[in-house]
Amino acid sequence: MGRSVKARAWLAGTIAAGLISGQARAADLAEVQSRGELRWGGDLQGGEPYVFEDERDPGTLKGFEVEIADALARELQVRAKFVQTDWSNLVPALERGDFDIILNGLEDTAERRERIRVSAPYFTYGETLTIRRESSYVGLATLRGKPVGTLNQTVAYDLLRRAAVEPVLYEGQQEPYLDLAKGRTEAVLLDHVIADRYGCVLQELRCLPDDVARGHYVVGIGKQADALTRAIDGALARLAESGELRGILTRWQLWDARQTGPAPTSRPPAAHVTERRLTAGHLLLFLQGAWITLLISAFAFALASPLGLVLATVRLYAGRSGRWLAAAYVEVFRGTPLLLQLYVLYFGLADVIRLSPFTAAVLGLALNYGAYEAEVYRAALSAVPVGQTEAARALGFSFWQSLRHVVFPQALRTALPAVTNDFVGLLKDSSLISVITVVELTKRMTILAVELRDWITPGLLCAGLYFALSFPLARLARRIERRLEPAPPPAPETPA
Amino acid sequence: MKESLVRLSGVGKRFGARPVLHGIDAQVTSGSVVSLVGASGSGKTTLLRCMNGLEAIDTGHIDVAGHRIEARISDAELTRLRADVGMVFQDYQLFPHLSVLDNLCLGQQVVRKRSRPEAERRACKLLERVGLAERRSARPSELSGGQRQRVALARALAQDVKLLLLDEPTSALDPRTRDEIVDILHDLVRRSEPALTLILVTHDLHLAEKLADEVWTLEAGRLVTATGTSP
Repeated sequence: MGRSVKARAWLAGTIAAGLISGQARAADLAEVQSRGELRWGGDLQGGEPYVFEDERDPGTLKGFEVEIADALARELQVRAKFVQTDWSNLVPALERGDFDIILNGLEDTAERRERIRVSAPYFTYGETLTIRRESSYVGLATLRGKPVGTLNQTVAYDLLRRAAVEPVLYEGQQEPYLDLAKGRTEAVLLDHVIADRYGCVLQELRCLPDDVARGHYVVGIGKQADALTRAIDGALARLAESGELRGILTRWQLWDARQTGPAPTSRPPAAHVTERRLTAGHLLLFLQGAWITLLISAFAFALASPLGLVLATVRLYAGRSGRWLAAAYVEVFRGTPLLLQLYVLYFGLADVIRLSPFTAAVLGLALNYGAYEAEVYRAALSAVPVGQTEAARALGFSFWQSLRHVVFPQALRTALPAVTNDFVGLLKDSSLISVITVVELTKRMTILAVELRDWITPGLLCAGLYFALSFPLARLARRIERRLEPAPPPAPETPA
Repeated sequence: MKESLVRLSGVGKRFGARPVLHGIDAQVTSGSVVSLVGASGSGKTTLLRCMNGLEAIDTGHIDVAGHRIEARISDAELTRLRADVGMVFQDYQLFPHLSVLDNLCLGQQVVRKRSRPEAERRACKLLERVGLAERRSARPSELSGGQRQRVALARALAQDVKLLLLDEPTSALDPRTRDEIVDILHDLVRRSEPALTLILVTHDLHLAEKLADEVWTLEAGRLVTATGTSP
């Protein structure tokens, strides 16, 4: 159930996968056996208890799914080999043939069944609703219109949308609970495996006893791999019969009444009923995403630009300690990833200052880009000849008056093309803010791509909207550059 | 007897370990024109820049138009002093982002606190006087060298200074343009009311002869002749 935050890798991967999905070629049994290796895909970021690295012995994998994979491979008389893949990329990667099976908390849904083959279940999960200890919610129905956290591409997300609550999407499984504890959401709906480990254990939270729904984890197998599907099903049946599966689940404290109880009364919720074609409603959502992207970028840059100018001014003209501080700021914010800064600002500092996602996004981008703008302005200020300051001072300007009326206006003109360029950069970097739950353009695209099971159309639409936002700016930057080109040589000497 | 507008007393200046001015004593009477001559590196421009505090002095002091420049002088005091002392740079240093008119108005508005219409009136009058009334909207980059020099001159004068310092005002100009500038300066000195005092650094003997009441000669940082002065 892990989610990587590598949004760009995801985007590249999904589009690439989409391009070749027509010729999916996941291996079948014969190939697996001749290779002597059952390659299984999962995401280490999902963490305990699924599949994770042994902290005492890095490089060694642990988790109940590792043990199931080993047992399945043994039944097939091959070795198991783990292939690390971003969780949201597992299905396209299977289709591409990166590995033979998916074994990583893959929920059985009608939508997935249309795309790949799934095995018999190896685990029954319950959708668990977690709320703050003092809250009085008793079920999804009481949360109508309220923000409820979950992960994208999950059954929980489909349930939330049907329940008419406001779903808030996270990238990792700990963040939804942290935000719930801070009061940014009203509840979290996720598998009990996640809720038990990350949610119910927090002092501020409690989990409602009744499952909102139940479903199964299944092994995902390539669409054409009939023999492999039969072999996996057979192996799972033998593991269940021999009690080995129960043993594994018990060791990981996952064996509970759900595993032996009656099958879910209803099938796991079928995928949220969505129109599989791009509709006007989708386009509207895209435009909303573009608007959010533009709004956040504009606000962020409106802060970053003056911040950069102040930093550059301090760095060039202040006393030694001021210069040192400004230099330190620039190096720290330039030298660490924006993603990390967003996490720290939104989750890390939540005890000190509780920022809304929008504010945190604007601030995070502004603080980061302020460092870059500082360098642009520093170069531009340094490029104004010393003689200009002297001329102003000789006229009787104070130091600040000479900066304000003579140096700044000239430096700003020099900096303008680079500054415009940076705004285009910020516009695209703003896609990172989806990690703090803001649904901007790229996030909207990833959500819709999953719904439509089509990566190309939403991808192109998303690219087109970014282009529509940035191209006019790029043109503007070029026009400004042309205007600021060195002046023509002075006219010949003529008596006036 | 005319009062002295500038009085230099034991003025010394060094760049690092290298002394460039050695205890200079001199004075300039109000309304006179002093030409500062000497070989390259003799310290002429440094001495000129000391007189409005663009270079700090190390020893002695300079009294200028009621202000005193010493080795330790506050930035605020220098700013007040500079309001009374104009300077025209060798390379003009017009503000390239402003029109000719704005070059003349900015200082008046910021330093002299004049209203925009008042500053414009004064600027237009001066532009007419230097023959550039037609080019008021031009950018400095659109002007010839001689025109730039005239704008620089007008910009300094717009501040109603008592003392005008000029660094090589004709060095970058062809002979014809140079003569025009000399004529303008000559006219300025004759017609200014109240009297304008000029100190100019120059290699141009024609300029020195035509304008100067006194010629100071600097040699290796020492004032060797100061005709017509009584230090």
